[in-house]
Amino acid sequence: MTATDLPMPDLRTGVELVPTLDDDAPRQTGKDFSSDQEVRWCPGCGDYAVLKAVQGFLPDLGLRRENIVFVSGIGCSSRFPYYLNTYGMHSIHGRAPSIATGLATAREDLSVWVVTGDGDALSIGGNHLIHALRRNVNMTILLFNNRIYGLTKGQYSPTSEAGKVTKSTPMGSVDHPFNPVSLALGAEATFVARTIDSDRKHLTSVLSAAAAHRGTSLVEIYQNCPIFNDGAFDAIKDNDTKHDALIPLVHGEPVRFGREGAKGLVRDTETGGVRIVEVGTEPGQVPAEALLVHDAHQPDPTTAFAISRLTEMGYLDQTPIGIFRQVARPTYDDQARSQVTSAQDAAPGEPTERLTNLINGGDTWTVV
Amino acid sequence: MSKQVKQLDRVVIRFAGDSGDGMQLTGDRFTQESAVFGNDLVTLPNFPAEIRAPQGTIPGVSSFQVHFADHDILTAGDAPDVLVAMNPAALKANLGDLPKGAAIIVDTHDFTKRNLDKAGYDANPLDKIGEVNDPLADYAVHPVDLTGMTVEAVKEFGLSRKDAARAKNMFALGLLSWMYGRPTEGTEAFLAKRFAKVPDIRDANLTAFKTGWNYGETTETFAVQYEIKPATMAPGTYRNISGNLALSYGLIAGGVRSGLPIVLGSYPITPASDILHELSKHKSFGVNTLQAEDEIAGIGMAIGAAFGGALGVTTTSGPGIALKGEFIGLAVMTELPVVVVNVQRGGPSTGLPTKTEQSDLLQAMYGRNGEAPVPVVAPQSPGDCFAAAVEAVRIAVTYRTPVMLLSDGYLANGSEPWSIPDVDDLPVIDPAFATAPNKTVTAKDGTETEEFWPYLRDEKTLARPWAIPGTPGLEHRIGGLEKGDGHGNISYDPANHDLMVRTRQAKIDRIADSLPPLEVDDPSGQAKVLVIGWGSTYGPIGAGCRRVRKAGYHVAQVHLRHLNPFPHDLGDILKRYDKVLVPEMNLGQLSLLLRAKYLVDAIGYNHVRGLPLKAAELAEAIGNLVAEAEGVEVDLTAADSATSTQEV
Repeated sequence: MTATDLPMPDLRTGVELVPTLDDDAPRQTGKDFSSDQEVRWCPGCGDYAVLKAVQGFLPDLGLRRENIVFVSGIGCSSRFPYYLNTYGMHSIHGRAPSIATGLATAREDLSVWVVTGDGDALSIGGNHLIHALRRNVNMTILLFNNRIYGLTKGQYSPTSEAGKVTKSTPMGSVDHPFNPVSLALGAEATFVARTIDSDRKHLTSVLSAAAAHRGTSLVEIYQNCPIFNDGAFDAIKDNDTKHDALIPLVHGEPVRFGREGAKGLVRDTETGGVRIVEVGTEPGQVPAEALLVHDAHQPDPTTAFAISRLTEMGYLDQTPIGIFRQVARPTYDDQARSQVTSAQDAAPGEPTERLTNLINGGDTWTVV
Repeated sequence: MSKQVKQLDRVVIRFAGDSGDGMQLTGDRFTQESAVFGNDLVTLPNFPAEIRAPQGTIPGVSSFQVHFADHDILTAGDAPDVLVAMNPAALKANLGDLPKGAAIIVDTHDFTKRNLDKAGYDANPLDKIGEVNDPLADYAVHPVDLTGMTVEAVKEFGLSRKDAARAKNMFALGLLSWMYGRPTEGTEAFLAKRFAKVPDIRDANLTAFKTGWNYGETTETFAVQYEIKPATMAPGTYRNISGNLALSYGLIAGGVRSGLPIVLGSYPITPASDILHELSKHKSFGVNTLQAEDEIAGIGMAIGAAFGGALGVTTTSGPGIALKGEFIGLAVMTELPVVVVNVQRGGPSTGLPTKTEQSDLLQAMYGRNGEAPVPVVAPQSPGDCFAAAVEAVRIAVTYRTPVMLLSDGYLANGSEPWSIPDVDDLPVIDPAFATAPNKTVTAKDGTETEEFWPYLRDEKTLARPWAIPGTPGLEHRIGGLEKGDGHGNISYDPANHDLMVRTRQAKIDRIADSLPPLEVDDPSGQAKVLVIGWGSTYGPIGAGCRRVRKAGYHVAQVHLRHLNPFPHDLGDILKRYDKVLVPEMNLGQLSLLLRAKYLVDAIGYNHVRGLPLKAAELAEAIGNLVAEAEGVEVDLTAADSATSTQEV
């Protein structure tokens, strides 16, 4: 078998080929992106906050509304497309990435979004997720992680902590959970981020970066399910605990958190991972200059993976949020279209005539 | 030495050898030569699922059968007149299929103790030729050291013994080409091109081919040369074509005629992979081929592309359809055009990957949850895969629906001369994308607004509008949840669900309005027995009917291209006959559908051997039914004494 050097299409932003609004068009608002359908999530569901944030953020892109498509699978979060006044498809369980792959490859002029949940993306649709990530198809995946099955009324999910007592696990779950960020990095995703439903500012900034990224962007959104898994994210939301629990990642900045920046990350030479230290000049503390500087653009995913491992899969009392990884790699859909275009350039002529030539190829004979 | 030339009207040759012996290539070249010569022909490749089963064993035997004639023929032949056997296993595996008097050309080189053991022979059957207990006494056996002569002939090129021996298939091809007066230029040009980069291999193959020809001409082993005149065929330009190739071309033609780019999402599976391979060569027609991570993603990609305004296609075999079922249901619900190709193989489960079967008809009809009607279209011969694919595209695009195109392993790999159509004669397929709002809505205060309703249907076809992203003002959401009639918003209303279930069914039923009347082949008009089939059994059924008619009896034949919906006139046709016989390579799936829909006493004729039905056996079954229906004695041996001595 031989391999060939693929032509490298110009790297562009995620929405570079998507038509924008005319210069004199009125500025869009969140209302423009609200459909006429009644939103039917449970009261207090984190999905409302994410919907509001997305509706509020989409106008910033300045894209033509008709060129935006939201595709979802099955689950509470997958109702999302019905509430956005764009094109949308609410598909079947776990398969949205495959639909988005076909759509994004067929149409370079669309901004394609996938809305999925922890069950949809990581359980029934795990295969499609990892393959979308490795292919690097130009799409943004919003993975709503509430760590429970909501729509089927409360069974444990692939991100539920081991030992979790649910309707299907009365004696505690014996499943080992996935860490979605670690999984995405393992699949060599080019953009991996995590944010929280209740932090609109952070959520919006991550969404902006994800939309701007050309390739598959995976954004894990911690989202509270008030009915079946209430409080799963209390540690990172509670004013008393969140300073020590949330580890913000900012590209080019030392990783520092805690009240008054009392904590930080350093490399752990023993394990090859990273570890949390106290910042300071006292014995046992680490000076601020020695902290790990976050480099999301590092091609080698090793450090990003190490940072992702800080997240405990039980009670979430320490978790990094922000952009773990953001690197450039040619996208699948750009390259696939480029092969079609170069084949078309090499075979000019009217399609009917070329079809005639094609079917008349090979050894032919004529009977008169 | 001048040789006797004997006229024949038809011959069936089977080339058989080890999987690595190049029998498929040999058969294919002989076929191309015969096609260019002008014979009508039908081929039947038959190979193991293992890429290289243990050499010299029975499971490793690969064969290629070609039936060629001076007249129009319909099948690859029930039994070979000539067997070319390259080793003991090939002889043993195929001997049972030979009729008495058949010729066997056998390469003696591999009849060693070791290879005889592998094939399960206690003693060398060639040692006893002419003796009292000759196991091959019923046949005209020609033992020839094909390998030895090949190695000798190509000595000058300095190849290893192994490489030299590999040219033995071309020696055999040369010999058979001489024996049947085949033109040789095509094969010479083919070899020159195929091995252009390895001159010594190219020259060895060319030399082996020519030496084989010359050997036939000079040796006394073969005293007779045969002549099979070109067949009288309808005017036109022809080429030899396999079903998978014709189906690929048909899909491309569907793209050209609809003006839609094609997006194929596919996962490799035997015997459908060649369609993926072929389509991936034709990106210049705007064909994008995505090799998916699994069968499910393959159709998901096709549906996503269809939502975006492309012609979505997915290709697979039965096991793949099982996996795609939920997605086909989504395409039914979202009413998006997708062509789902099932190249059927032996089942259930992994079954017989390289063998043919028609056992996925009911899966195509009903293999989904809910009331999920899907149009089903089936080609009847390798060349017909082209027209069937164009028809599948027409239905999918016109009616906004997934369409199941049911080919099978025999059609996929078999080949026949194909009268190349004029592209301008193919149907024009109009995607008719929606471009503007389609519904005026009056509010309570009397103000009117123009809206886009994605489920407001065309009155004639019941098709819904296809509004693709990028079209301003038509933003809408679709999905797997039940839709409200017209506006398409989620609806759990009981009456609406009942209406939508019936409407989706009615839309598929409406397709029948666009179908031409069935062609009933009833030459005498006096038949009491009708034989009805679908798919690749067309050839054996046609040949069986001809045999019955040749013996002086009446029988009618009709063949279905559309399995769902059935054509409007099918019910009337079935009622016109006293007996209805339904031959199928399954346990009676079309029979079941006909019985259910038309309350007709359909009688099954069913074989599931992984091979095409045998025309002569089927003729017997038809004959028995004719005897019953007409109250006469039926003796089909009369067919043998008619003008042609041969089966059709």
